[in-house]
Amino acid sequence: MIVRISGEDQYRLDDGLHDRLNQLDKAVITAAHDGDETGFRAAFDELLGFVRANGTLVGEDEIETSDLILPPADLSLAEAGTEFTGEGLIPD
Amino acid sequence: MPGLTGRMSTVVKAKVSKLLDRAEDPAETLDYSYQRQVEQLQNVKKGIADVVTAKKRLQLQETTLQQQLVKLDTQARQALSSGQEDLARTALERKNIAQTELQSLDTQVVELEEQQQKLTDSEQKLRAKIEAFRTKKEVIKAQYSAAEAQVRISEAATGVGEQMADVGLAMQRAVDKTENMKARADAVQELEAAGTFEDITALGPGEDDIDRQLKSLSSKSAVDDDLAKMKGEVGQGASGAGQIGSGAGADAAPGSGQGAAATGDQSKEQSA
Repeated sequence: MIVRISGEDQYRLDDGLHDRLNQLDKAVITAAHDGDETGFRAAFDELLGFVRANGTLVGEDEIETSDLILPPADLSLAEAGTEFTGEGLIPD
Repeated sequence: MPGLTGRMSTVVKAKVSKLLDRAEDPAETLDYSYQRQVEQLQNVKKGIADVVTAKKRLQLQETTLQQQLVKLDTQARQALSSGQEDLARTALERKNIAQTELQSLDTQVVELEEQQQKLTDSEQKLRAKIEAFRTKKEVIKAQYSAAEAQVRISEAATGVGEQMADVGLAMQRAVDKTENMKARADAVQELEAAGTFEDITALGPGEDDIDRQLKSLSSKSAVDDDLAKMKGEVGQGASGAGQIGSGAGADAAPGSGQGAAATGDQSKEQSA
């Protein structure tokens, strides 16, 4: 599968890693829901780190559509809570 | 996939289809997509230029504040050398305000530089994808029937569209940050206009109380200054003047009034 980290790059990851990604993502959501800044930062960094460590960069000249898109690394807790629930971050 | 990733994916995909939906006429799709991509690239360049403009504005403010810092510091030293501790205190208070503003500006300039770098990286990535699309489009046209080529090129356009949507996201965030900083810079200017930093900002072409008082002090202590300078040149180093200043300040009565009120008193004493 192809995973994009917004504002960075696209990575090619083994399909078998999907469940692990899901777990990491849920941890981020839980921390964001609880308003736990430290926990959110740690969980989100872990999610991004997992993608970077286990993925291979998609080449600049390859055109691929992502299966998953992760928010940018500097996402704040406030943005995680509000902006991604609606239209928010991406301009028309 | 639910959660943060799922939501983000949904938002971006909605954005991508918005970017692409006008290219639905099959006859036009092939070249329209490419044309649209090139237009988007121009928008990204404009976005970067806006960030650079905002940064330059802040840097200009920084330069002004730095000049004010130097001037206020000099004034404080002069005042102290002449035993005018209250005057020195006022100058240092203003210097403090200017210093705080300068630190805040520094942080903002660094942040804008990061935004600029990110956008420049994004622009390069988008440019590479668009170039890849241009090549791929011609290859597909040559290899497949019109209908099949249509499908394949649409797929490729979606891939580039995702990159465009992502750059759009980065740009929007940069613009938001820039807007916040503009608001902050405007607020500082409003404070200045309202007189909060009056004496700091008036140091340019005009004169303020400190300037006027120091001018009269300067004439009195001109000989002393020259002497101190000469001592420095002869071999005691530039810190000589500062030490003399500190000594004079220590001799003055401690805690004798503070701030603008004290400055007024000094004025009277000065003219008496």
